[in-house]
Formats: sequence, C-alpha cells, structure tokens
Amino acid sequence: MSAILRVQGLSKRFGGFVALDGIDLEVQPGERLGLIGPNGSGKSTLVNCICGTLQNEAGSVQFDGDVVDGLAAHERTHRGLARSFQLPRPFPSLTLADNLRIPMLYTVHKRTGTPLHANSIEARCSELLQMVGLTGKARHRPRDLTQVEMRKLELARAMAAEPKLLIADESMAGLSHSEIEDILALLVKLNESGITIILIEHIMTAVMSFSQRLAVLVSGKKIADGKPEEVVRDPEVVRAYLGE
Amino acid sequence: MLPFTLLACAVAGGVFLIIREPNVEYLFVAGYTIVQYIVLATAWNILGGYTGYVNFGSAAFFALGAYSTVALATFANQLDDLVPESMAPIFHLIFPLSIPTLIVIGGVVSGIVGLGMGYLTLRLRGAFFAIATLAMAVVLQTLVVNWEFVGGSGGAYIVRPGEFPGLGSYMQYLFALMLTLAVLAVVIARAIERSRLGYGFAAIRDDELAAEASGVPTLRLKLIATTISGALMGMAGAPFPYYIGYLQPQSAFGLEYAVNSIAMPMIGGTMNWIGPLVGTLLLGTLQQIANVTISSAVNLLLVGLLLIAFVIVAPNGIVGLVQERLRARRAK
Repeated sequence: MSAILRVQGLSKRFGGFVALDGIDLEVQPGERLGLIGPNGSGKSTLVNCICGTLQNEAGSVQFDGDVVDGLAAHERTHRGLARSFQLPRPFPSLTLADNLRIPMLYTVHKRTGTPLHANSIEARCSELLQMVGLTGKARHRPRDLTQVEMRKLELARAMAAEPKLLIADESMAGLSHSEIEDILALLVKLNESGITIILIEHIMTAVMSFSQRLAVLVSGKKIADGKPEEVVRDPEVVRAYLGE
Repeated sequence: MLPFTLLACAVAGGVFLIIREPNVEYLFVAGYTIVQYIVLATAWNILGGYTGYVNFGSAAFFALGAYSTVALATFANQLDDLVPESMAPIFHLIFPLSIPTLIVIGGVVSGIVGLGMGYLTLRLRGAFFAIATLAMAVVLQTLVVNWEFVGGSGGAYIVRPGEFPGLGSYMQYLFALMLTLAVLAVVIARAIERSRLGYGFAAIRDDELAAEASGVPTLRLKLIATTISGALMGMAGAPFPYYIGYLQPQSAFGLEYAVNSIAMPMIGGTMNWIGPLVGTLLLGTLQQIANVTISSAVNLLLVGLLLIAFVIVAPNGIVGLVQERLRARRAK
C-alpha cells in the first residue's frame, strides 16, 4: 500500500531561524500517527507546510499520490487534506450549522463533481453536529460555546470537508480529563470510519492511547519515529524532554 | 429571487410615481442623490460588509464611471476632428451614446479597475488595504486632473437635454435610471447574500485562514467582490455628468462619496442588504434636509456625528440593533 502522505526533505526558515530542517515523514492510509515535540520544535509549522498555509522552501509534500507543493491551502483541502487549528478559529458571525456549511459548499463537490443538494447539506450538518454532541446548538453562534465545545466544532468543521487525512493540531490542550476522553473517543471513531489521522498533542496519556505510531520533532528535526512504547524510551527523546 | 425583484421594481415604480405627483423638479434632484447613494452604499457593502475589506476609494470608482461618460461625450462632440472622414458616418451612427449604454460602459471600466486594484492590494489586510484604496483614489484623481481631453483640472461641461421624449424633464429620466440601478444593486446584493458566494464572503470576513482551510478560494472570491463592487459604483457614476452638468475632478472624487459610502452601511448595518438601504434612506434624507434648511457644509458634520453616535450606541447598525432586540425577546 502506498503512503497517503509523504513528506520528503521538508525545510522551512523564518529569516535566519530554521523552523524545519529536512523532515521526512510517511503516513499510511488509515493510520493513527501521533506527533509530539517540545514547544517551538516546529510541529505547527510542519502542519502549516503540509496544509499549504505556509509554503516550504525545500523538499516536497505528496498527498494521495500527487505532489501538492505550491498549491494554496484551499486546493489541498479540496483534495482531502483537512486540519483543525490549535486555537479554535470558528466563523464567529455564523451559526454552528452555517460554520459546517462552508466546507460542504466549497469542498465536497470538488471531488464528487456534483454540488451537494440543499437537503443533503442540512442532513449532513445535523449528522455532524450529532456526532460531536452539539445538536441542540445548531442555531447558536460560536461565542455561546464552551472551550471543549469549540474544539468539537473545530473538528466537526474539518470533518465537514469529508477529508481523507485529518490533522488535529492540539485539539485537547487545556481540557479536563473527561473532556479529553470525549475528544479521543471522537477521533478514534473517525479513524474507524476510514480517515487517516495525525494527532499533534502535548498530553502524553492521550497520545499514547491514541497513536499506533509516534514521531518526535525537536528543533525542526525528526529524532524518532516508531512504535509509541519504544519511542518514549528512546534516550534521545528522553534527553529532549527531560534534559541531560 | 424573482418575487423579490418584482417587489423591488414595484416599490421603485411607486416611489417614482409619488415623487412625480407634486410636479416639483427639486424632488427629482434631491431624490437622485439619495438613490445614487443607495447604489454606492450597497456596492460598498458587497466588499466592505460581506468580506470585511474596507474600501476608502469609493469616490474613485464613482469618478471613473463619471469620467468614462465625459470621455465618450467629448469624443462624440469632437468626432469629426478625431476620426478619418471615411469612418465618420459609422461613428455618427453609434455616437452619441445613450445613457444606459454609458452606464454599462462605466460599470465595465470600474469593474476592470476594481479587479486590478483587488489583484494588487488584496494581499493587504485591515487598515493597510484601506490605505491602499485611498492611495489608488489619489493616483486616479491625479491622472484625471492631468488629462486635458476630459477637461483636466478645469472640468468639463456636459449639456443635458431639456426633455426626455414621453417622460417629461430629463431629470426625471435620470432619476428613473438611477432607481433602476438601485433595484439592480439591491437585488444583486441580496442574491449574493443567500448564495454559496455569500457564505464564502462571510467566511472570509470572519477568519480568512479558517476559510482557506475549509476550502474557500479566498483570493478569487475577494476579486469577485472588488469587481462587482467597483462595477456598481462605476455604474452609479456614469449618469452623474448629465446630472451635474459641469464635472470637475474635485466634485467627482469628492470626499463625501468615500465617506458616505462607508457611513451609510455602517449606520444601517453591514451584515445584510437591508442595512445600506436603511442607512442611506436615513442619512441621505437627513443630508438633503440639512442642505436646504441649514447649509450644504453641514453634511459631513452630520455624517461624523451620526457615525460616532452609532459606534457607541449600535455598533452593528440599525438592522443589527433590531435583530439583537428580536433575539433577546425570543430568548425570554
């Protein structure tokens, strides 16, 4: 089976600062990959380069068999690459249902060829809201939501684009234990429906229980990649997190 | 959409008949200005309200429409000097152009400039975009001031015919045309609001990065917005030389167009098509009354005071205020 995402030699600088330095990463279809690293190690920059929010200077990103370098973020979304943001970025003036409507209106038909019918958009909206447990709030605005609900909306909106690969960028930061369980269960359910997921997270218990494979970024370099239990025992990883 | 268009046409027709009844020419003169601002405010709102990009250069788009008309009218007057004798009969068939044709041409010219301006400036956000549009207005005004063919800084006279056959005074004809344009602008704005395009615009206004991540082609949509908005402003400007009779750069690029196009939607509400309409009817009428009763210089002062009041009392405009009240009452 060929990889759904193949990152080769990816590099990104901001002025003189090297944020990413020759990253190689492969993700197989249906896989659950955890991506960890200390603050400032380049995780979010990597996500931004993969999703097209930032353009990488060297190396390439292949998604679903095609090189996507140079494509704008929306074009990558059209191909089935969705993300959630580290800090939720809902559309504040739109209702929750309308928040989900945007990706449905702009993304889904790019792959199926036919625009969604108004009725099927409605149906899909309530289906997604039900999935994340926000059914009662379809007509509310994002400002009425709690933190955890905001994260769920963020995931639901990414899902509304019907992605093949979902990158969840710190969907659980700042949440309580039961809320983390909630989000984890949701991600596992999505994965079981066939969506490849990359989880970027600081909360180790969550990462360890979720990931089938774990990759570690430190100062813009990938220093480990493999089975989660082995990776966390890797001396280099321990040193990066705990010091000498 | 069709029922709404018919309704809008009926309202416009009704307004025309009511204003015509007292047989006072001044009502058409004043009414023209107000209706012209409906077009400008609605056009501004398509870019400024729907996508959140504040355009300070409305006057430039308006003036482009007006000066397209001046250029073509001047060309028509000097036809025999400008084209070879053998070609003259063909040109005499086409020129002088009718005002509806000039409106279309003004729209095309301003639409193209809108597209170009958008392409050059839409990578800027917030205040930087606003400053760029202001700069564009200054550049265009400088060009016109130095273009002798359309009168340069001295201005140009356009002779307005006295009568329009079958309707009465020419002012009535201009007013009817502007009413038609207003209907067109409002129908377009409302159609956009309820379409896929409108949702895309709203996503851009709320969060451009998230919009991209949701698959919205933000640059293309913003270009569509600047083009439609610019074109409508140009269309509003095209009949202006016939209205005013003597056009000079200071009046066509006047500050009041830029300010009013922003203030009217702000006061009415920028989230939907009703806002600019309400804002214009309120502010435009007040200005006309102030013009007659106090002085024309009070206009901008009035705008300033109202803007300050609304920023404090109703930052989402009149329509926003009403919607909030309704929502609060429903929640009780």
